[in-house]
Amino acid sequence: MSENIMLPVPHKIIDIIHETENEYTFRIETNAKVKHGQFFQVSLPKIGEGPISVSSMGDNWVELTIRKVGKLTNEIFNLKPGDKIFMRGPYGNSFPVDDFKGKDLVVIAGGTGVSPVRSLLKYFYEHPDEIHSLYFIAGFKDEKSILFKEDLNNFRSRFNTIYTLDKDKIEGFEVGLVTEHIKKIPFDSFENYNVVIVGPPVMMHFAALECLKNGVAEDKIWLSFERKMSCGVGKCGHCKINETYVCLEGPVFNYTKAKNLLD
Amino acid sequence: MSYCVNIKRMNEILKELQKEYKVYAPVRFEKRGRYSDTDLIRYAEINSIEDVVYDEKSDFSPKEVIYPITQALFYFTEYEYMESKVDDKKILIFARPCDINGFRRLDTIFLKNGGTEDIYYKRLREKVKFILMECKEGGWDSCFCVSMGSNKTDDYSLAVRFGDDKILVEIKDDEFTNLFADEREVEFTPEFVTSNPTKVNIPEIDSHELLEKIYDLDMWKSYNSRCISCGACTAVCITCSCFNTLDVIYTENGKVGERRRVQASCMHEDFTTMAGGLSFRKTAGERMRFRTLHKIYDYKLRFKDEHMCVGCGRCDERCPELISFPATINRLYDEVEKLKKTETTNKDIR
Repeated sequence: MSENIMLPVPHKIIDIIHETENEYTFRIETNAKVKHGQFFQVSLPKIGEGPISVSSMGDNWVELTIRKVGKLTNEIFNLKPGDKIFMRGPYGNSFPVDDFKGKDLVVIAGGTGVSPVRSLLKYFYEHPDEIHSLYFIAGFKDEKSILFKEDLNNFRSRFNTIYTLDKDKIEGFEVGLVTEHIKKIPFDSFENYNVVIVGPPVMMHFAALECLKNGVAEDKIWLSFERKMSCGVGKCGHCKINETYVCLEGPVFNYTKAKNLLD
Repeated sequence: MSYCVNIKRMNEILKELQKEYKVYAPVRFEKRGRYSDTDLIRYAEINSIEDVVYDEKSDFSPKEVIYPITQALFYFTEYEYMESKVDDKKILIFARPCDINGFRRLDTIFLKNGGTEDIYYKRLREKVKFILMECKEGGWDSCFCVSMGSNKTDDYSLAVRFGDDKILVEIKDDEFTNLFADEREVEFTPEFVTSNPTKVNIPEIDSHELLEKIYDLDMWKSYNSRCISCGACTAVCITCSCFNTLDVIYTENGKVGERRRVQASCMHEDFTTMAGGLSFRKTAGERMRFRTLHKIYDYKLRFKDEHMCVGCGRCDERCPELISFPATINRLYDEVEKLKKTETTNKDIR
């Protein structure tokens, strides 16, 4: 009998960090080898299962940043350090980090879209010599929805950062949507670069268009898709767009492919 | 080798087979049809050869035998959980050529896509042998298997032709030869349907530009009011494989429950809805477009060999709004031809 790909495995929660009122980061014990941009199928028996992207990883742990938004996540928010959470994975492809090395990198993230790029950012924060420069635009709705405050502060020291809130004005943050700040990136001065855009579908759409308007070539842009998934392994059909399965060929897509993924 | 077997003897052979096999066939459920005083024909285990409904098309496909509408994946108790199990017996299915070809599509999704095998499918699929049932001449009104190239198959262990008091049986699988040793040998090989009253033309979609134009076709909007997104078409489809996982808690004991797989439908409004409410393909027309293109375009684009649709026509029969899938395919074909013509004309003008 072959291995059961649907088998959830219990993992211990080491720590829970309250990012915002409705977003907690769960640090979970695991030896899984995870690549930047991958996700796990996370579940609680008798409650349900869903895909959650990895927001950070270490030698024997991963962090999942989860928004309390439905039946499963409501229940996950009741867990305490030491409790068990069930996972299978990691699944999906990843950001082409090796391609990013030695070049300039622009990361544009909105809201919870910061989670899937956080491990990538932390990697280059810890290995600044592996990247020529890194520009990071992060947008949040308002002050109380800002995620990863400590990381954001750290990133200021090694990256060129633009943090922005949709409407409110607070210290250290610009005002307006991320798309309004893309023109500030000195694309012309880059010799070779990549752009990563992650956020809600509408934000990714307009941020990509704004990049193209600023002269960015399509094949330099990378997006990460979010879809309903019941399996994560190409069986359940929920994430299919045309002949493409987001769980198998994604969630990370080059823009040349992503622009053709029409719902 | 082929034999002529009388019904009484065939029932004895069936009893013998059932020591090792669960035998499934289309069975009549009286007065269980969707309209008053109509019967439902769906797959179930048979008790005698007379149970097999061979002269009508089954309302539901045989996929349910190995891919049930709901199926337990795991049972959860307080601190443990265990995988669900299946019966040790092997499985024989009386099936039409289109359905046997349909199982190959299910195999592709469950056993090949993504390079992984789904054990819940595999553990039942590997037990299956087919008994091919001939179709009536030309098939039934809604059949379009010939257009889809799924009217023939050689993937069967036995083939049968039903007569009033006897059955002709071809044996391709040596395992079953002994059972028929005393029967009268005859010349018999199954005949396949070679022409259906319903025919479809499959549009050739050869560029992304054309695909984008197809997305914009007005024809999809006409389904917004007509299609009620009930998913009856996908429930009866031999090749529809999508599912949800659903965890349940037993009402008698909240500490115990199970994780189930439940067949899902891309025609349902919530098929793409994520926690938080974000969803894609919000209209019935967009969902109709998604299903149509999956069946006759993008499955083949991904897996190369064949289209997903086998032309069994059950979706057509089952739709409560009388939406005909073959008519939809032909309508799309006409629209695509128009688009191609416009494209050529525009080129000429330029």
